[in-house]
Amino acid sequence: MQPLPFFPVEASNFAGSVDALFSFILLTSLFFSVTVTLLVIVAAFKYKRKSEGEVGNTVEGNNVLEVGWTLFPLVLALAMFAWGAAVYVNFRTAPKDTLDIYVIGKQWMWKLQQPNGRKEINELHVPVNRDIKLIMGSEDVIHNFYVPAFRVKMDVVPGRYNTLWFRPTKVGKYHFFCSQYCGTNHAVMGGWVTVEDPAEYAAWLTDEGGDVNPVSAGEKLFTQLACATCHVANGTGRAPSMNGVYGAKVLLADGSTVTADESYIRESIVQPKAKIVAGYQPVMPTFQGLVTEEQILNLTAYIKSLQSQPVPAKGGGIAPAAAGKK
Amino acid sequence: MHRTGELYGQFKTLEQQKDSATLGMWIFLVTEVMFFGGIMLAYTLNRHIYFHAFAAGSNTLSLKLGGFNTVVLLASSFTMAMAVWSAQTSRKQLISIFLTLTIVLGFVFFGVKYVEYGQKFHHHLVPGKSFDIFYCVDNPAKCEDVSAEELNTEREELEKARAADPDLNAHAQLYYSAYFGMTGLHALHMVIGAGLLLWLLKNSMAGLYSARWNTPVDMVGLYWHFVDIVWIYLFPLLYLIDRHK
Amino acid sequence: MSAKFNTVEPQFPEKNYLNETYGIRSWLLTTDHKRIGLLYLASVTFFFFIGGFFAMLIRLHLMTPSGYMLTADTYNRMFTMHGVAMIFFFLIPSIPAVLGNFLIPLMIGAKDLAFPKINLLSWYVYVVGAAFTLYSMINGGVDTGWTFYTPLSTVYSNSAVAPAVVGIFITGFSSILTGLNFLVTIHTMRAPGMTWFRLPLFVWTHYATAVVMILGTPVVAITLALAGMERLFGLGFFNPAMGGDPILFQHLFWFYSHPAVYIMILPAMGVISELIPTFARKKLFGYSFVAAASLAIAVIGFLVWAHHMFVTGQSTYAALAFSFLTFLVAVPSAVKVFNWTATLFGGSISFDTPMLYAFGFLGLFLIGGLTGLFLGCLGTDIHIHDTYFVVAHFHYIMVGGAVMGYLGGLHFWWPKIVGRMYPEWLARISAIILFVGFNLTFFPQFIIGYLGMPRRYHAYPPEFQVYNVMSTAGASILAVGYLLPMIYLVWAAFYGRVAGNNPWPATGLEWQTTSPPPTENFHVTPIVTWEAYDFHNRPDLGLDVPAGKAGKLSPAPAHGDD
Repeated sequence: MQPLPFFPVEASNFAGSVDALFSFILLTSLFFSVTVTLLVIVAAFKYKRKSEGEVGNTVEGNNVLEVGWTLFPLVLALAMFAWGAAVYVNFRTAPKDTLDIYVIGKQWMWKLQQPNGRKEINELHVPVNRDIKLIMGSEDVIHNFYVPAFRVKMDVVPGRYNTLWFRPTKVGKYHFFCSQYCGTNHAVMGGWVTVEDPAEYAAWLTDEGGDVNPVSAGEKLFTQLACATCHVANGTGRAPSMNGVYGAKVLLADGSTVTADESYIRESIVQPKAKIVAGYQPVMPTFQGLVTEEQILNLTAYIKSLQSQPVPAKGGGIAPAAAGKK
Repeated sequence: MHRTGELYGQFKTLEQQKDSATLGMWIFLVTEVMFFGGIMLAYTLNRHIYFHAFAAGSNTLSLKLGGFNTVVLLASSFTMAMAVWSAQTSRKQLISIFLTLTIVLGFVFFGVKYVEYGQKFHHHLVPGKSFDIFYCVDNPAKCEDVSAEELNTEREELEKARAADPDLNAHAQLYYSAYFGMTGLHALHMVIGAGLLLWLLKNSMAGLYSARWNTPVDMVGLYWHFVDIVWIYLFPLLYLIDRHK
Repeated sequence: MSAKFNTVEPQFPEKNYLNETYGIRSWLLTTDHKRIGLLYLASVTFFFFIGGFFAMLIRLHLMTPSGYMLTADTYNRMFTMHGVAMIFFFLIPSIPAVLGNFLIPLMIGAKDLAFPKINLLSWYVYVVGAAFTLYSMINGGVDTGWTFYTPLSTVYSNSAVAPAVVGIFITGFSSILTGLNFLVTIHTMRAPGMTWFRLPLFVWTHYATAVVMILGTPVVAITLALAGMERLFGLGFFNPAMGGDPILFQHLFWFYSHPAVYIMILPAMGVISELIPTFARKKLFGYSFVAAASLAIAVIGFLVWAHHMFVTGQSTYAALAFSFLTFLVAVPSAVKVFNWTATLFGGSISFDTPMLYAFGFLGLFLIGGLTGLFLGCLGTDIHIHDTYFVVAHFHYIMVGGAVMGYLGGLHFWWPKIVGRMYPEWLARISAIILFVGFNLTFFPQFIIGYLGMPRRYHAYPPEFQVYNVMSTAGASILAVGYLLPMIYLVWAAFYGRVAGNNPWPATGLEWQTTSPPPTENFHVTPIVTWEAYDFHNRPDLGLDVPAGKAGKLSPAPAHGDD
């Protein structure tokens, strides 16, 4: 939905209903303000004093009017209350199956931690169309996590946890702010929420970035991407064990051999049907688009590190002739 | 506004003046209720949340001294009421006698409070860096005024409380913050009351008060009764709840 | 038949409260409620300038997104001190301590308030509290926001929190003493015939205000005392590191600070209730409903405080209850606006400056009050809490409402206070400048609020700049609108045209005595036989009342008050 120029973009499940509620109250307010203003202007013209000593009439009141203009605003007010209450109850009731992210606010930065342990500072990555729950605490004073595009906000109070949930509905980057005055740099204690497609989010999630050991990153990936399900280390899986593969000669189904170098590993990941190892079925799915180049490098580093692991008698990917070389 | 006798210039009759003074004093007492109410609310909430620590705190207070002070204050309210009655019945000498008695009882209260506060300082129970609810239990030699039997009971209770509440000391410090805050505020009000009583005494010795006009005695009486009632709330809240046998 | 009220050249009374005694001691030791009102006028005007100076720095600084003028720390002190000065030292005392003190005894036919010495004491208490706060300002001020949320204010802030908190604590007692005085005076000192339902609405609203003052202020006093002790002595009620609860501070703080906004607006509503009947020359429509609405606002106003805390993580049930009550408290204010509007119909309306301020109030209070609905509504509050939407909302009510009421009242009663008229055309232009400047300053803030700009920000994302520049431009116009009356009201006190007893004319008792009044207010105690704002039964006003239209006069009861 195209937002009005006075509304932030609508990027969460709540945004539409909050904007609709706002518009209802706005229309009601406009009705009353325009009506009263017009009445005042009409009266000012119609009853302008015509002579210096003129007085007004003797009308003192009208009970019917009083009851009317007490009840009518009351009914409208209660309608606004009820609608607002419904939105709020929804806002405070997180659904059961949420992706939980831990958030710590401190003077003057945000530390956020994804479910797999990946940490961010002043940034929040979330997948689109997934229920996200933020579990928030403070290390010092009261802060507040506010994402205008999502229409959500919650105080972050020291000594307790507050939770906030939302479902991002639109891919993009959105500002978040600290919205409870917390001292000197309150105004610059914010950052960006990045909403991504699930695949990109997953990729980002497992990508440890440059400052983590690629071998351990690769090892993590090997598990996370379920490689280990088939490529069992002791050779009992549906796919060859990775022990000792790197640098060895591999016998392929069509009888040729190939040296298992970086390119071979890369190709096996993104185009697994290109070279099938002898004795195995072509069942590996492609990871094209599901892994970044960096992740492939990490996986490669990990597989490299398994060079000196004992090759299983059965189920190694290595050509028999080359097996004795290690 | 000049004053003719006891009638201030802004008033038309003595009756109007007395009605105004009475209403004014009652409204002032309502503000005092709201004032003490705030800290009593904070205390009550914290008592509910940290009841182990607060119970432990209550048990470090002396029931004897607190009880004695309660009787002293109740007696002083009686003597104050008698002073008002004496004024209303023009028994001028009695007014001064009863006022004096009230003042004396007030000072007895202060004396007992001084002893109690002194004990708290001695036992490291004043909020601050050296606050330690375990001080007497860990250093019996330093707390000779507590008997060995009492110390044993206290040790048992504190250990039980600490098992239930690992942050017992911090929460007990909250109890003592409330204790000093509430009793301190109360004592301050009593000091002001004592000052007012001394002023009344001076005037009553000069024979100012009688059935015709005794509003100041009446008003200070209201104030003194209120201060007494605050103590009637403080005593059970601080001393009596969760008291061990 | 033409009006007779302005035909005779008015005389300036030879002896009045201003010249009866001379010298600084006669002012600093006065117990005359009128002089005390003027002492307050001087002090609140002083703080209005201080608060206004900080506001000017804020708006100048916010012209660029990255803050070119002040450091973050200085900016934070500016907005805090702006709030503290304006709320505690200007808005809360303004109408009650200046106009209320001056007028209530006159309006009810009394010689003074019930407790004149306590009245003087209340001013000195204000001055001592102000001195502590000024000391805090001189020592760099406070940077916690006027709301002093813990543990920022008690543990983490490096500013002069303790003297500021002590200053506000002390000044609170000034408020309590004023409220106490008003309540007793209105109960016991009304002149014969001045029954409750003949009282001017100004008196009714000050009664309601006084109730709020005496019930609410002691709570903020103890709260600030506890917070101060936490800061100075390390107590732990509000500090989570010691087992305390920062949300408890918020509950205690807002228990007073929400009713405080009714202390600020009810007196202004009382002024408007005097201005509209006077300048429409007609009884106030629905007198008893307006009186009842004032009391309802005072009472229900005590039940809504946690609508400032919807996103603290408080229980959903609590939030529902407070939102419901918040919508209830909106209704009596709406009823008042409708009654004021209805008063205009069938009236004889003139556009003197006080009436222009009344019109301004109607429009701006309407917008301010309606925008409160967005904030009281749970679903929208999540988004706009702590944004510029809130800032715009409360400035519409406090400045567009309360300050307009204050200025309208000052203009209306200035002839009574100083005995001379202000320059009418300059005053009208000034009122219009104020109205225009105000809207330009604060309306854009609703927009950036909904767009997501948080409040208390010394720097902001660049997309908000254009509205901030608009707002600053408006503020410069607004400043002119405030400076002009300061100048011409003082000028008028010495050189204005002599006003006479009742220049408008208006129906209140205060206009039955000289301008300025004598020290004892009335040479003879008045006996009231007419209803409030009854232009038809007042031949003494010299107006052209149509024959046969006059109502019945009610006789005075045998002995004054009931």
